[in-house]
Amino acid sequence: MGDMSAGRSVVLEGSEQGFALTRVDALLGWARKYSLFAYPFVTACCGMEFMALNGPRFDLARFGAEAPRFSPRQADLLWVVGTISQRQAPTLKRIYDQMLEPKWVLAFGTCASSGGFYDNYTTVPGIDKVIPVDVYIPGCPPRPEAVLDGLMLLQDKLARNERRPGVVKPRVDPPAKVDELVQLRRSAKDPAELVKRLGGGGDK
Amino acid sequence: MSQVALDKLKARLGAGVLETHSEFGDDTAVVDAREWKAACKLLREDPALDFDMPVDLCGVDYPGREPRMEVVLHLYSTTRHHRIRLKTRVGDEDMDGAELDSLVSVWPGLNWLEREVYDMSGVRFRGHPDLRRILMYPEFEGHPLQKTYPAQRTQPLVEYRTEADAGRPLEKLPPFGPDEGMPFGRRALPHGEES
Repeated sequence: MGDMSAGRSVVLEGSEQGFALTRVDALLGWARKYSLFAYPFVTACCGMEFMALNGPRFDLARFGAEAPRFSPRQADLLWVVGTISQRQAPTLKRIYDQMLEPKWVLAFGTCASSGGFYDNYTTVPGIDKVIPVDVYIPGCPPRPEAVLDGLMLLQDKLARNERRPGVVKPRVDPPAKVDELVQLRRSAKDPAELVKRLGGGGDK
Repeated sequence: MSQVALDKLKARLGAGVLETHSEFGDDTAVVDAREWKAACKLLREDPALDFDMPVDLCGVDYPGREPRMEVVLHLYSTTRHHRIRLKTRVGDEDMDGAELDSLVSVWPGLNWLEREVYDMSGVRFRGHPDLRRILMYPEFEGHPLQKTYPAQRTQPLVEYRTEADAGRPLEKLPPFGPDEGMPFGRRALPHGEES
Protein backbone atom coordinates (compact mmCIF):
# COMPACT_ATOMS: atom_id res chain seq x y z
CA MET A 1 0.00 0.00 0.00
CA GLY A 2 2.82 2.35 0.79
CA ASP A 3 4.11 2.28 -2.72
CA MET A 4 0.70 2.57 -4.26
CA SER A 5 0.08 5.73 -2.33
CA ALA A 6 3.46 7.16 -3.28
CA GLY A 7 2.38 7.17 -6.89
CA ARG A 8 -0.78 8.55 -8.32
CA SER A 9 -3.33 6.53 -6.40
CA VAL A 10 -5.57 7.94 -3.74
CA VAL A 11 -6.72 6.27 -0.60
CA LEU A 12 -10.22 7.26 0.37
CA GLU A 13 -11.73 6.77 3.71
CA GLY A 14 -15.35 5.99 4.21
CA SER A 15 -15.62 2.39 5.23
CA GLU A 16 -13.92 0.37 7.90
CA GLN A 17 -11.64 -1.45 5.49
CA GLY A 18 -11.09 1.46 3.16
CA PHE A 19 -10.48 1.10 -0.52
CA ALA A 20 -8.09 2.49 -3.06
CA LEU A 21 -8.62 4.19 -6.36
CA THR A 22 -5.89 4.18 -8.93
CA ARG A 23 -5.36 4.28 -12.65
CA VAL A 24 -4.44 1.45 -14.92
CA ASP A 25 -1.10 2.97 -15.91
CA ALA A 26 -0.18 3.63 -12.31
CA LEU A 27 -1.08 0.07 -11.40
CA LEU A 28 0.93 -1.26 -14.33
CA GLY A 29 3.91 0.82 -13.34
CA TRP A 30 3.66 -0.43 -9.79
CA ALA A 31 3.47 -4.02 -10.98
CA ARG A 32 6.40 -3.68 -13.37
CA LYS A 33 8.52 -2.08 -10.74
CA TYR A 34 8.62 -5.27 -8.68
CA SER A 35 8.87 -7.80 -11.48
CA LEU A 36 11.97 -6.86 -13.43
CA PHE A 37 13.38 -9.83 -15.30
CA ALA A 38 17.05 -9.19 -15.79
CA TYR A 39 19.39 -10.03 -18.63
CA PRO A 40 22.90 -9.81 -17.15
CA PHE A 41 25.41 -8.76 -19.83
CA VAL A 42 28.45 -9.21 -17.63
CA THR A 43 31.83 -8.60 -19.25
CA ALA A 44 34.33 -7.48 -16.63
CA CYS A 45 35.30 -7.05 -13.00
CA CYS A 46 32.03 -5.29 -12.12
CA GLY A 47 30.57 -8.79 -12.34
CA MET A 48 32.05 -9.55 -8.93
CA GLU A 49 29.98 -6.78 -7.39
CA PHE A 50 27.01 -8.01 -9.36
CA MET A 51 27.44 -11.43 -7.74
CA ALA A 52 27.68 -9.83 -4.32
CA LEU A 53 24.51 -7.94 -5.10
CA ASN A 54 22.71 -11.18 -5.89
CA GLY A 55 23.95 -12.85 -2.74
CA PRO A 56 22.10 -12.97 0.55
CA ARG A 57 23.80 -9.97 2.15
CA PHE A 58 22.49 -7.40 -0.32
CA ASP A 59 19.66 -9.57 -1.59
CA LEU A 60 18.44 -8.27 -4.89
CA ALA A 61 15.35 -10.44 -4.44
CA ARG A 62 13.90 -7.80 -2.13
CA PHE A 63 13.32 -5.68 -5.21
CA GLY A 64 11.79 -8.44 -7.30
CA ALA A 65 14.66 -8.14 -9.78
CA GLU A 66 16.61 -11.26 -8.97
CA ALA A 67 15.40 -13.63 -11.67
CA PRO A 68 17.92 -13.75 -14.53
CA ARG A 69 16.69 -14.58 -18.00
CA PHE A 70 19.39 -15.67 -20.38
CA SER A 71 17.21 -15.07 -23.38
CA PRO A 72 16.78 -11.41 -24.22
CA ARG A 73 13.28 -12.18 -25.43
CA GLN A 74 12.16 -12.89 -21.89
CA ALA A 75 13.94 -10.01 -20.21
CA ASP A 76 12.81 -6.47 -19.34
CA LEU A 77 15.99 -5.07 -17.90
CA LEU A 78 19.41 -5.24 -19.52
CA TRP A 79 22.21 -5.00 -16.98
CA VAL A 80 25.36 -3.95 -18.81
CA VAL A 81 28.00 -4.83 -16.26
CA GLY A 82 31.55 -3.96 -17.28
CA THR A 83 33.64 -2.70 -20.16
CA ILE A 84 32.18 -2.95 -23.64
CA SER A 85 34.84 -3.16 -26.34
CA GLN A 86 34.27 -1.97 -29.86
CA ARG A 87 34.28 -5.57 -30.89
CA GLN A 88 31.43 -6.38 -28.50
CA ALA A 89 29.27 -3.40 -29.43
CA PRO A 90 27.41 -5.17 -32.28
CA THR A 91 26.55 -8.04 -29.93
CA LEU A 92 25.24 -5.66 -27.30
CA LYS A 93 23.15 -3.80 -29.83
CA ARG A 94 21.76 -7.03 -31.17
CA ILE A 95 20.79 -8.24 -27.74
CA TYR A 96 19.10 -4.93 -27.03
CA ASP A 97 17.21 -5.15 -30.30
CA GLN A 98 16.00 -8.64 -29.43
CA MET A 99 14.44 -7.56 -26.16
CA LEU A 100 10.71 -6.91 -26.26
CA GLU A 101 9.16 -3.59 -25.31
CA PRO A 102 8.90 -2.30 -22.70
CA LYS A 103 12.58 -2.61 -21.88
CA TRP A 104 15.09 -0.78 -19.76
CA VAL A 105 18.86 -0.57 -19.67
CA LEU A 106 21.06 -0.08 -16.66
CA ALA A 107 24.73 0.91 -17.09
CA PHE A 108 26.59 -0.70 -14.22
CA GLY A 109 29.87 0.99 -13.33
CA THR A 110 32.07 3.63 -14.87
CA CYS A 111 33.12 1.63 -17.92
CA ALA A 112 29.60 0.92 -19.07
CA SER A 113 28.59 4.52 -18.34
CA SER A 114 31.46 6.37 -19.99
CA GLY A 115 34.23 3.97 -20.97
CA GLY A 116 36.08 4.71 -17.74
CA PHE A 117 39.81 5.04 -18.08
CA TYR A 118 39.86 3.06 -21.32
CA ASP A 119 40.15 6.20 -23.40
CA ASN A 120 41.55 4.44 -26.45
CA TYR A 121 40.89 2.47 -29.60
CA THR A 122 39.43 -0.61 -27.90
CA THR A 123 36.54 0.58 -25.83
CA VAL A 124 33.12 2.07 -26.47
CA PRO A 125 33.08 5.35 -24.49
CA GLY A 126 29.82 4.58 -22.74
CA ILE A 127 27.14 2.18 -23.92
CA ASP A 128 24.80 5.10 -24.52
CA LYS A 129 26.78 5.63 -27.71
CA VAL A 130 25.12 2.45 -28.96
CA ILE A 131 21.87 1.90 -27.06
CA PRO A 132 19.66 4.12 -24.90
CA VAL A 133 20.38 3.93 -21.19
CA ASP A 134 17.94 4.57 -18.37
CA VAL A 135 20.14 4.60 -15.30
CA TYR A 136 23.90 5.15 -14.92
CA ILE A 137 25.57 3.77 -11.81
CA PRO A 138 28.99 5.32 -11.14
CA GLY A 139 31.80 3.50 -9.39
CA CYS A 140 34.75 1.33 -10.33
CA PRO A 141 33.19 -1.00 -9.41
CA PRO A 142 30.17 0.48 -7.64
CA ARG A 143 29.36 -0.66 -4.14
CA PRO A 144 26.25 -2.87 -4.01
CA GLU A 145 24.51 -0.07 -2.12
CA ALA A 146 25.10 2.23 -5.06
CA VAL A 147 23.65 -0.38 -7.38
CA LEU A 148 20.59 -0.77 -5.20
CA ASP A 149 20.18 3.00 -5.26
CA GLY A 150 20.36 2.91 -9.04
CA LEU A 151 17.82 0.11 -9.15
CA MET A 152 15.48 2.11 -6.94
CA LEU A 153 15.89 5.11 -9.26
CA LEU A 154 14.84 2.86 -12.08
CA GLN A 155 11.88 1.58 -10.06
CA ASP A 156 10.75 5.15 -9.49
CA LYS A 157 11.06 5.77 -13.16
CA LEU A 158 8.91 2.72 -13.88
CA ALA A 159 6.32 3.81 -11.36
CA ARG A 160 6.07 7.15 -13.17
CA ASN A 161 5.74 5.39 -16.54
CA GLU A 162 8.64 7.55 -17.63
CA ARG A 163 9.92 6.30 -20.97
CA ARG A 164 12.56 8.82 -21.90
CA PRO A 165 15.99 7.23 -21.67
CA GLY A 166 18.69 8.80 -19.62
CA VAL A 167 16.44 11.07 -17.61
CA VAL A 168 16.61 10.07 -14.00
CA LYS A 169 14.77 12.21 -11.56
CA PRO A 170 15.67 12.34 -7.92
CA ARG A 171 13.94 9.66 -5.94
CA VAL A 172 11.16 10.73 -3.61
CA ASP A 173 11.59 8.75 -0.45
CA PRO A 174 8.35 7.48 1.03
CA PRO A 175 7.48 8.82 4.46
CA ALA A 176 9.65 7.23 7.07
CA LYS A 177 6.94 6.02 9.42
CA VAL A 178 3.44 4.74 8.99
CA ASP A 179 2.29 7.41 11.44
CA GLU A 180 3.53 10.13 9.13
CA LEU A 181 1.69 8.57 6.24
CA VAL A 182 -1.50 8.53 8.21
CA GLN A 183 -0.87 12.09 9.25
CA LEU A 184 -0.45 13.17 5.67
CA ARG A 185 -3.57 11.38 4.63
CA ARG A 186 -5.66 12.88 7.40
CA SER A 187 -4.41 16.40 6.89
CA ALA A 188 -5.20 16.52 3.22
CA LYS A 189 -8.66 17.84 2.57
CA ASP A 190 -8.37 17.54 -1.15
CA PRO A 191 -7.20 14.23 -2.71
CA ALA A 192 -5.47 16.12 -5.51
CA GLU A 193 -3.45 18.02 -2.98
CA LEU A 194 -2.48 14.79 -1.25
CA VAL A 195 -1.20 13.41 -4.52
CA LYS A 196 0.84 16.56 -5.03
CA ARG A 197 2.32 16.41 -1.56
CA LEU A 198 3.33 12.79 -1.93
CA GLY A 199 5.34 13.61 -4.98
CA GLY A 200 3.06 12.40 -7.72
CA GLY A 201 2.32 14.69 -10.60
CA GLY A 202 -0.46 15.10 -13.06
CA ASP A 203 -0.22 13.77 -16.58
CA LYS A 204 3.30 13.69 -17.83
CA MET B 1 73.00 -18.27 -16.22
CA SER B 2 72.78 -18.90 -19.91
CA GLN B 3 76.09 -17.40 -20.94
CA VAL B 4 76.61 -20.73 -22.62
CA ALA B 5 73.64 -19.99 -24.84
CA LEU B 6 75.07 -16.64 -25.85
CA ASP B 7 78.42 -18.25 -26.60
CA LYS B 8 76.82 -20.94 -28.72
CA LEU B 9 74.77 -18.37 -30.62
CA LYS B 10 77.87 -16.31 -31.36
CA ALA B 11 79.83 -19.38 -32.39
CA ARG B 12 77.11 -20.62 -34.72
CA LEU B 13 75.84 -17.38 -36.23
CA GLY B 14 78.95 -15.22 -36.11
CA ALA B 15 78.03 -11.80 -37.47
CA GLY B 16 74.35 -12.77 -37.29
CA VAL B 17 74.47 -11.86 -33.60
CA LEU B 18 74.45 -8.07 -33.59
CA GLU B 19 75.00 -7.52 -29.88
CA THR B 20 74.64 -9.26 -26.54
CA HIS B 21 74.58 -8.15 -22.99
CA SER B 22 74.22 -9.77 -19.60
CA GLU B 23 73.02 -7.94 -16.56
CA PHE B 24 72.12 -9.49 -13.20
CA GLY B 25 71.82 -12.92 -14.76
CA ASP B 26 69.60 -11.55 -17.48
CA ASP B 27 71.03 -12.50 -20.87
CA THR B 28 70.00 -10.84 -24.08
CA ALA B 29 71.04 -11.41 -27.66
CA VAL B 30 70.05 -9.23 -30.59
CA VAL B 31 70.18 -11.21 -33.81
CA ASP B 32 69.86 -10.27 -37.43
CA ALA B 33 66.33 -10.72 -38.73
CA ARG B 34 67.57 -13.14 -41.40
CA GLU B 35 69.01 -15.41 -38.68
CA TRP B 36 65.89 -15.25 -36.51
CA LYS B 37 64.67 -18.76 -37.17
CA ALA B 38 68.17 -20.29 -37.23
CA ALA B 39 68.93 -18.80 -33.83
CA CYS B 40 65.66 -20.11 -32.41
CA LYS B 41 66.22 -23.57 -33.84
CA LEU B 42 69.63 -23.69 -32.23
CA LEU B 43 68.23 -22.66 -28.85
CA ARG B 44 65.42 -25.18 -29.11
CA GLU B 45 67.34 -28.18 -30.39
CA ASP B 46 70.74 -28.02 -28.72
CA PRO B 47 70.50 -30.54 -25.83
CA ALA B 48 72.70 -28.35 -23.63
CA LEU B 49 70.34 -25.39 -24.08
CA ASP B 50 66.92 -27.02 -24.54
CA PHE B 51 64.78 -23.89 -24.44
CA ASP B 52 61.46 -25.71 -24.65
CA MET B 53 59.11 -23.00 -23.45
CA PRO B 54 58.43 -19.70 -25.22
CA VAL B 55 57.30 -17.37 -22.46
CA ASP B 56 56.33 -14.28 -24.42
CA LEU B 57 56.63 -12.61 -27.77
CA CYS B 58 55.96 -8.95 -28.33
CA GLY B 59 56.72 -6.04 -30.60
CA VAL B 60 58.23 -2.74 -29.48
CA ASP B 61 58.10 0.32 -31.69
CA TYR B 62 61.06 2.73 -31.68
CA PRO B 63 59.96 5.55 -33.97
CA GLY B 64 62.84 7.34 -35.66
CA ARG B 65 65.11 4.36 -35.44
CA GLU B 66 66.01 2.19 -38.37
CA PRO B 67 65.00 -0.63 -38.34
CA ARG B 68 62.06 0.58 -36.41
CA MET B 69 60.21 -2.39 -34.90
CA GLU B 70 61.85 -4.64 -32.35
CA VAL B 71 60.46 -8.12 -31.77
CA VAL B 72 61.30 -9.58 -28.38
CA LEU B 73 61.14 -13.29 -27.53
CA HIS B 74 61.53 -14.61 -24.01
CA LEU B 75 62.53 -18.24 -23.60
CA TYR B 76 62.76 -20.59 -20.65
CA SER B 77 64.06 -24.12 -20.30
CA THR B 78 61.99 -26.31 -18.03
CA THR B 79 64.82 -28.89 -17.86
CA ARG B 80 67.88 -26.62 -17.50
CA HIS B 81 66.03 -23.83 -15.67
CA HIS B 82 67.63 -20.97 -17.51
CA ARG B 83 66.26 -18.09 -19.50
CA ILE B 84 67.26 -15.98 -22.44
CA ARG B 85 65.85 -12.94 -24.18
CA LEU B 86 66.19 -12.82 -27.93
CA LYS B 87 65.56 -9.68 -29.94
CA THR B 88 65.54 -8.75 -33.56
CA ARG B 89 64.78 -5.56 -35.48
CA VAL B 90 62.71 -5.24 -38.64
CA GLY B 91 60.95 -2.67 -40.76
CA ASP B 92 61.81 0.78 -41.99
CA GLU B 93 59.94 3.99 -41.28
CA ASP B 94 56.88 2.88 -43.28
CA MET B 95 57.07 -0.65 -41.89
CA ASP B 96 58.25 -1.93 -45.25
CA GLY B 97 60.12 -5.20 -44.90
CA ALA B 98 58.70 -5.85 -41.43
CA GLU B 99 58.72 -9.58 -42.01
CA LEU B 100 60.07 -12.45 -39.98
CA ASP B 101 60.14 -16.20 -40.35
CA SER B 102 57.37 -17.78 -38.34
CA LEU B 103 58.47 -19.87 -35.37
CA VAL B 104 55.31 -21.96 -35.19
CA SER B 105 57.22 -24.96 -36.52
CA VAL B 106 59.74 -24.56 -33.69
CA TRP B 107 57.32 -23.84 -30.85
CA PRO B 108 53.65 -24.43 -31.78
CA GLY B 109 52.65 -22.31 -28.79
CA LEU B 110 53.83 -19.19 -30.59
CA ASN B 111 50.92 -19.39 -33.02
CA TRP B 112 48.64 -16.96 -31.19
CA LEU B 113 51.51 -14.82 -29.93
CA GLU B 114 52.67 -14.19 -33.48
CA ARG B 115 49.12 -13.32 -34.41
CA GLU B 116 49.05 -10.84 -31.56
CA VAL B 117 52.32 -9.21 -32.68
CA TYR B 118 50.93 -9.02 -36.20
CA ASP B 119 47.68 -7.51 -34.96
CA MET B 120 49.19 -4.98 -32.58
CA SER B 121 52.50 -4.08 -34.24
CA GLY B 122 52.09 -5.04 -37.86
CA VAL B 123 55.00 -7.46 -38.19
CA ARG B 124 54.15 -10.18 -40.70
CA PHE B 125 55.34 -13.72 -40.13
CA ARG B 126 56.32 -15.76 -43.17
CA GLY B 127 55.02 -19.31 -43.04
CA HIS B 128 52.51 -18.73 -40.25
CA PRO B 129 49.59 -21.17 -40.74
CA ASP B 130 46.84 -18.66 -39.96
CA LEU B 131 48.02 -15.07 -39.79
CA ARG B 132 44.84 -13.20 -38.88
CA ARG B 133 44.09 -10.52 -36.32
CA ILE B 134 43.48 -12.04 -32.92
CA LEU B 135 42.43 -9.17 -30.64
CA MET B 136 41.02 -6.54 -32.96
CA TYR B 137 38.23 -7.17 -35.43
CA PRO B 138 38.92 -7.86 -39.12
CA GLU B 139 37.51 -4.46 -40.14
CA PHE B 140 40.13 -2.66 -38.06
CA GLU B 141 42.64 -0.61 -40.06
CA GLY B 142 46.21 -0.16 -38.93
CA HIS B 143 48.09 -1.56 -35.99
CA PRO B 144 47.33 0.20 -32.73
CA LEU B 145 50.63 -0.33 -30.90
CA GLN B 146 52.61 1.38 -33.63
CA LYS B 147 53.58 4.80 -32.39
CA THR B 148 52.19 6.30 -35.58
CA TYR B 149 48.65 5.15 -34.73
CA PRO B 150 46.74 8.26 -33.56
CA ALA B 151 45.92 7.92 -29.87
CA GLN B 152 42.42 9.37 -30.34
CA ARG B 153 41.45 7.25 -33.33
CA THR B 154 38.62 4.79 -32.75
CA GLN B 155 36.99 2.59 -35.34
CA PRO B 156 33.52 1.75 -34.07
CA LEU B 157 31.69 -1.18 -35.58
CA VAL B 158 28.30 0.24 -34.63
CA GLU B 159 27.51 3.80 -35.58
CA TYR B 160 27.19 6.01 -32.56
CA ARG B 161 23.76 7.35 -31.72
CA THR B 162 23.04 10.93 -32.57
CA GLU B 163 20.77 13.52 -31.05
CA ALA B 164 18.20 12.71 -33.73
CA ASP B 165 18.16 9.04 -32.65
CA ALA B 166 17.86 9.95 -29.01
CA GLY B 167 15.09 12.45 -29.72
CA ARG B 168 16.52 15.05 -27.41
CA PRO B 169 19.59 17.22 -27.01
CA LEU B 170 22.57 15.35 -25.66
CA GLU B 171 24.47 18.16 -24.05
CA LYS B 172 26.83 17.61 -21.14
CA LEU B 173 26.45 18.51 -17.53
CA PRO B 174 28.91 20.72 -15.71
CA PRO B 175 31.70 20.24 -14.67
CA PHE B 176 32.36 18.54 -18.00
CA GLY B 177 33.53 20.72 -20.86
CA PRO B 178 32.34 20.20 -24.42
CA ASP B 179 35.13 17.75 -25.24
CA GLU B 180 35.31 15.64 -22.09
CA GLY B 181 33.23 13.37 -19.95
CA MET B 182 30.10 11.60 -21.06
CA PRO B 183 28.42 13.37 -23.96
CA PHE B 184 25.16 11.55 -23.26
CA GLY B 185 25.23 12.17 -19.55
CA ARG B 186 22.23 12.04 -17.31
CA ARG B 187 20.30 15.24 -17.05
CA ALA B 188 18.88 16.11 -13.72
CA LEU B 189 15.60 17.80 -14.42
CA PRO B 190 13.71 19.49 -11.65
CA HIS B 191 10.84 17.34 -10.52
CA GLY B 192 7.95 17.44 -12.93
CA GLU B 193 9.70 19.48 -15.58
CA GLU B 194 9.63 18.42 -19.18
CA SER B 195 12.79 18.48 -21.19
